[in-house]
Amino acid sequence: MSPALLVLEDGRVFEGAPYGAVGETFGEMVFNTGMTGYQETLTDPSYHRQIVAMTAPHIGNTGVNEEDPESGRVWVAGYVVREPARVASNWRSTKSLDEYLREQGVVGIAVRGTRALTRHLRERGAMRAGVFSGDALAPVAELVDRVRRSPAMLGADLAAEVSTREPYVVPAIGAKRFTVAAVDLGIKSMTPHRMAERGCEVHVLPATATAADILAVEPDGVFFSNGPGDPATADGAVAALRGVLDAGKPFFGICFGNQILGRALGLGTYKLRYGHRGVNQPVQDRRTGKVEISAHNHGFAVQAPLDGPFDTPYGRAEVSHVNLNDGCVEGLRLLDYPAFSVQYHPEAAAGPHDAAYLFDEFCEVMGA
Amino acid sequence: MPKRTDIESIMVIGSGPIVIGQACEFDYSGTQACRVLRAEGFRVILVNSNPATIMTDPEFADATYVEPITPDIIELIIAKERPDALLPTLGGQTALNAAVALHESGVLAKYDVELIGANFDAIQAGENRQLFKQIVAKVADERGLNAESARSVICHTMADCLGAAGELGYPLVVRPSFTMGGVGSGFAHDEAELRRIAGAGLDASPTTEVLLEESILGWKEYELEVMRDRHDNVVIVCSIENVDPMGVHTGDSVTVAPALTLTDREYQNMRDVAIAVIREVGVDTGGCNIQFAVDPATGRMIVIEMNPRVSRSSALASKATGFPIAKIAAKLAIGYTLDEIPNDITKETPASFEPSLDYVVVKVPRFAFEKFAGADQTLTTHMKSVGEAMAIGRSFPEALQKALRSLEKKGSSFSWAGDPGEKQELLAACRTPHDGRLRTMQQAIRAGATVEELFEATSIDPWFLDQLMLIHEIATGITELDEPTLLRAKEHGFSDAQIAEIAGIDEVRVRDLRHALGLRPVYHTVDTCAAEFEARTPYLYSTYDEETEVPAGDRPKVIILGSGPNRIGQGIEFDYACVHASFELSRAGFETVMVNCNPETVSTDYDTSDRLYFEPLTLEDVLEVVHAELRTGPVAGVIVQLGGQTPLGLAQALKDAGVPVVGTSPESIHLAEERGAFGRVLAEAGLPAPRHGTALSVAEAREIAEEIGYPVLVRPSYVLGGAGMAIVYDEETLATYMAKAATDHPVLIDKFLDDAIEIDVDALYDGTELYLGGVMEHIEEAGIHSGDSACALPPITLGGHDIKRIRTATEAIARGVGVRGLLNVQYAMAANVLYVLEANPRASRTVPFVSKATAVPLAKAAARIMMGATVAELRAEGMLPAEGDGGTLPLDAPIAVKEAVLPFDRFRGVDIVLGPEMRSTGEVMGIDEFFGTAYAKSQAAAYGGLPTTGRAFVSVANKDKRAMIFPVKALADLGFEILATEGTAEVLRRNGVHAKIVRKQSDGAGPGGEPTIVRRILDGEVDLIVNTPFGSPGQSGPRLDGYEIRTAAVLRGIACITTVQGLAAAVQGIQHILRGDVGVRSLQEHARRLRG
Repeated sequence: MSPALLVLEDGRVFEGAPYGAVGETFGEMVFNTGMTGYQETLTDPSYHRQIVAMTAPHIGNTGVNEEDPESGRVWVAGYVVREPARVASNWRSTKSLDEYLREQGVVGIAVRGTRALTRHLRERGAMRAGVFSGDALAPVAELVDRVRRSPAMLGADLAAEVSTREPYVVPAIGAKRFTVAAVDLGIKSMTPHRMAERGCEVHVLPATATAADILAVEPDGVFFSNGPGDPATADGAVAALRGVLDAGKPFFGICFGNQILGRALGLGTYKLRYGHRGVNQPVQDRRTGKVEISAHNHGFAVQAPLDGPFDTPYGRAEVSHVNLNDGCVEGLRLLDYPAFSVQYHPEAAAGPHDAAYLFDEFCEVMGA
Repeated sequence: MPKRTDIESIMVIGSGPIVIGQACEFDYSGTQACRVLRAEGFRVILVNSNPATIMTDPEFADATYVEPITPDIIELIIAKERPDALLPTLGGQTALNAAVALHESGVLAKYDVELIGANFDAIQAGENRQLFKQIVAKVADERGLNAESARSVICHTMADCLGAAGELGYPLVVRPSFTMGGVGSGFAHDEAELRRIAGAGLDASPTTEVLLEESILGWKEYELEVMRDRHDNVVIVCSIENVDPMGVHTGDSVTVAPALTLTDREYQNMRDVAIAVIREVGVDTGGCNIQFAVDPATGRMIVIEMNPRVSRSSALASKATGFPIAKIAAKLAIGYTLDEIPNDITKETPASFEPSLDYVVVKVPRFAFEKFAGADQTLTTHMKSVGEAMAIGRSFPEALQKALRSLEKKGSSFSWAGDPGEKQELLAACRTPHDGRLRTMQQAIRAGATVEELFEATSIDPWFLDQLMLIHEIATGITELDEPTLLRAKEHGFSDAQIAEIAGIDEVRVRDLRHALGLRPVYHTVDTCAAEFEARTPYLYSTYDEETEVPAGDRPKVIILGSGPNRIGQGIEFDYACVHASFELSRAGFETVMVNCNPETVSTDYDTSDRLYFEPLTLEDVLEVVHAELRTGPVAGVIVQLGGQTPLGLAQALKDAGVPVVGTSPESIHLAEERGAFGRVLAEAGLPAPRHGTALSVAEAREIAEEIGYPVLVRPSYVLGGAGMAIVYDEETLATYMAKAATDHPVLIDKFLDDAIEIDVDALYDGTELYLGGVMEHIEEAGIHSGDSACALPPITLGGHDIKRIRTATEAIARGVGVRGLLNVQYAMAANVLYVLEANPRASRTVPFVSKATAVPLAKAAARIMMGATVAELRAEGMLPAEGDGGTLPLDAPIAVKEAVLPFDRFRGVDIVLGPEMRSTGEVMGIDEFFGTAYAKSQAAAYGGLPTTGRAFVSVANKDKRAMIFPVKALADLGFEILATEGTAEVLRRNGVHAKIVRKQSDGAGPGGEPTIVRRILDGEVDLIVNTPFGSPGQSGPRLDGYEIRTAAVLRGIACITTVQGLAAAVQGIQHILRGDVGVRSLQEHARRLRG
């Protein structure tokens, strides 16, 4: 079997075997430390244009099933694993991961040095990379060159690429209590599901939705989802959110949505050296002091004062949640207005459900 | 929430002796706890009867009580020390039970002692099955979680049972209520079986009640390790998956971490349920574990049970993840919350996170069935393994193969040699869980079995089965030893020895070839975070991967080889010696490097040494560690003398490979172990040994035995723990023994000294000066393995003259052999002649006992001597006493009694008579001013105590009849009613002891329905049993009677004494208890008396 190569923009190369589709792919090289949930990760739109390396060695053991995808397709640009499963073993499994990746045209690679790769990214920061196999193989120098010519993540406006083109409605489960307008910047299917479970009828709108489009739904609350790319480019979404806040609607944001709120409040965003991607990150709720083990997938973060409330065009705000590992801002909250957001993923999938209470809080502010 | 300031002193209870199911993991957890509590400024009061633990080292607590873990003794300690709080969750079930007893009897309330780390209600909820089922149901109901318990129905009639079967479906578990030891339980696969089993069960149950429960046999089994703090933060430290499905105790299962066959949805549901259950149970702070079963066909999940305390699995989880559960649990108990505690390994991130693993951990159990002839070897829900090995690799095959070779037991690694056997037979064998089932499966694969066939036979998840297939494919691909083939094999965990076997060449050639190709393992760090953050704690494992992470050091290094998995004859005592060496050499300026593969131990705590390699202790693995260390600086020495036979067995090969083995040289070790050479050492020193010879055949053996005279002691050479040793009284038995013992190694035949006093000595020797550590006098006569017999220190019947002879002899042996470090010698004193039985130039099992009894750290001193210090220097430093030694203890020195603890309750059907082959799993120490009290304490610690009133049953062999008269009379005088079998009763009556005759088992019940002694024991009518064995094994009649008596004693948990010497000691003990002499004194107080 001809090999596959993982080539980083700084010239480091890992040799391995092709996994999934054969060909070439480019993206930002990131690592994910989750030990479960590869199917959810693969289908998370926030991974658009990223090559994801799994630090857990055995991937694909439970195959792929019908219920766990977080969107209609695989979004990762490329996939790096150590030990791909040869059989899929789970009562819900319908096909093997290898087959699924091939079907979806995802170029992957199995390399033994996933830990070396992670350490490399930890020391040198996220960078561009390419995976090459089959006919795409060429001398390394040329491959490095191809990687260096691929687009960078900083400054990338990607939400529109992953968002739904047409609005759609996720009906409430049981009795309807609220109408939510959810702007899809790369939304995961578990997010509207978590709201629907709580009696929300969720109107999912394209990333291009304006404040007027959003308010036209006559929502009880507005939600901005997670999504890929650099928040500094999302001027349209920021403007839309300002319109929502001006209209006095309750707001909840996740991940990219948190960054949009930050920008709407006049805060800056920045790129983390290598991001948070995994399901074990400790986040502290600063009001209660309680720690949540939470699912993360973000390469950017909001810059905000950690030492206390600060003024914004919408009144006082505060950092509501912080990451205990690196002190990074994980949540924002307006103090005089029903708007809050978190940088991590309370909808989990994959990941622990510790932060699910945030959906309850959203319902509370909509009901208030 | 910061540390509590309203408490100042905390009592910690340990877990007592090592028994099956409760081993060194609680020394690990207890040691961590004591360290934390002291570092936080609390006064720590420790109770543990096990002297071989690190936690009972005087420096780990302010007051260390090596006393029985019984409610009355603990009350004495509480009354004396007045602790503010009691932390009971780190000493296993023993400590938890003690705490419950103290709570229920009102002692805690009386002395105003607060239970911390657990509360009484939570303990009850975790332990009571019915209560726990209610909690699971409540959690499912109120929190809308997908949680349930196994469905069950209580039935009182056969009609009930048949109705319930319709509801639950077959197979069913039938459990009669309130029967002893699970009598009448069973599996019913159809109506006929149900009628039979449930019918018998209804009859057997005093309440005519049976519980029918759906069977979850063959389901996937998981365990989560959970921590909760008082702010209700909860983290899952680790998920563990059992490769062996439901039906095999977790302790006996091959397990893997993290869980490998769950989707995130299933895992998160498990996590949610675990957290909800723990909140509902009300575990305030600390670690606990919760077990689940998952139906592989439907994903239905059942909550099996939880333990509201640190467990064996927590030790495994701590080692598997680098998250020190016990240490954190101790911090949580004193008020910290998880986010306030830094993660030790990263130093920067907090403990309130869930470790992420980028490797696979496999644990495999170590069994000792060969020691217990007659024991049922089927693995069930009743744990039978005596130890375990863990290995880490970057893939399941790598970790599994490393784990199997860590077991260090012939036939445990996968093998492709010889004929695998017939497929159907192998598959049939796989149906029954047994020691080495994975290997049987691997042989079945060789014979052509498919994943489907193996799944059908074992219910093991197909993913694991496919991994076995993968290993097999790699093996069959080893045809040419080129670089890609070798690398592929190494990446999948094949040892050089396995590759050599497959390729039909020598192991050394494979190694040379591999090295020539530059194929060596790298070492990865266990960092809790899958490399997301930099790790500061050097805890390493080998793997064939890209980058090595061994940090550079600046001090000369000493590599200490540990003792591997616990087994009978090699356990915690050796770990104790290794840990001491590490502590002391680190203090003395060396960089200490520990190599071991036993997850239960203190030595594999990454806090113990400057660097820890979690590696198998094979020559290949050790050589690679040495190589890796040499690349970052000079290695001053490798210590093989402290970890027992395992590292000792590597000594010569390491030296041959150019490794600097320090201490006694491999040549000297050989000198002591090889009979002929040792005989010359003794001859030169003018020391007598029992007459002996070495035989390779039956004919030779017969000739030797005839010449030296029966009885003879026979054993294979090079053994530890007396494996395969027997006392042989006649020619026929000798021939049978020789036929069985046919090995490469010759068989040693010694004259067996009947009626001798056996003496054990531990000493230090630096080349010029001998330090006699301690002289121990066995309580049982010679012939019982020293590891199984009780002993007293200082010796109770030896005078100064005898000790002088012992000192001279020990010194001559130390000099003759060339010892540098520790030496253990066993002597037998018969007819005033001191015979040398054997000498072992290494740490012995008794080193920790002697160290504690005499307040001298022998293992630390030994380590220093190995690195070049002299006894004189150590005396000057104060490590050893300035004058005198363990042979010159003052007459008022406390007397310490060591008693062995035997696992017979685990192996029903095995005769409990002691012999030359060691079978004990652990030991306890009783220490007091007088021998009687010390002995009584040792019995209380080992077996729950001597009775002070009631009925004593006596039945002794003819040879013992004279000697038993006096102690039995004393028993009668103390008020015991004496029962005896006819022969014994006659002797007693003639000597003025009114003994009532009872029927032997072989007599059957009497005409008037008079019960036999066995019946009376089972009915709880007897409080003390004295039964010395007679006849040889396998005979019917008296021998069998004795066997049934002793078995009944084990079943009822009644004190059973099998030697006359033991009886005499027991009588003294009972006298002291009755006089109310039993007091408590800490080791620190004893030490002040001993060392001033």
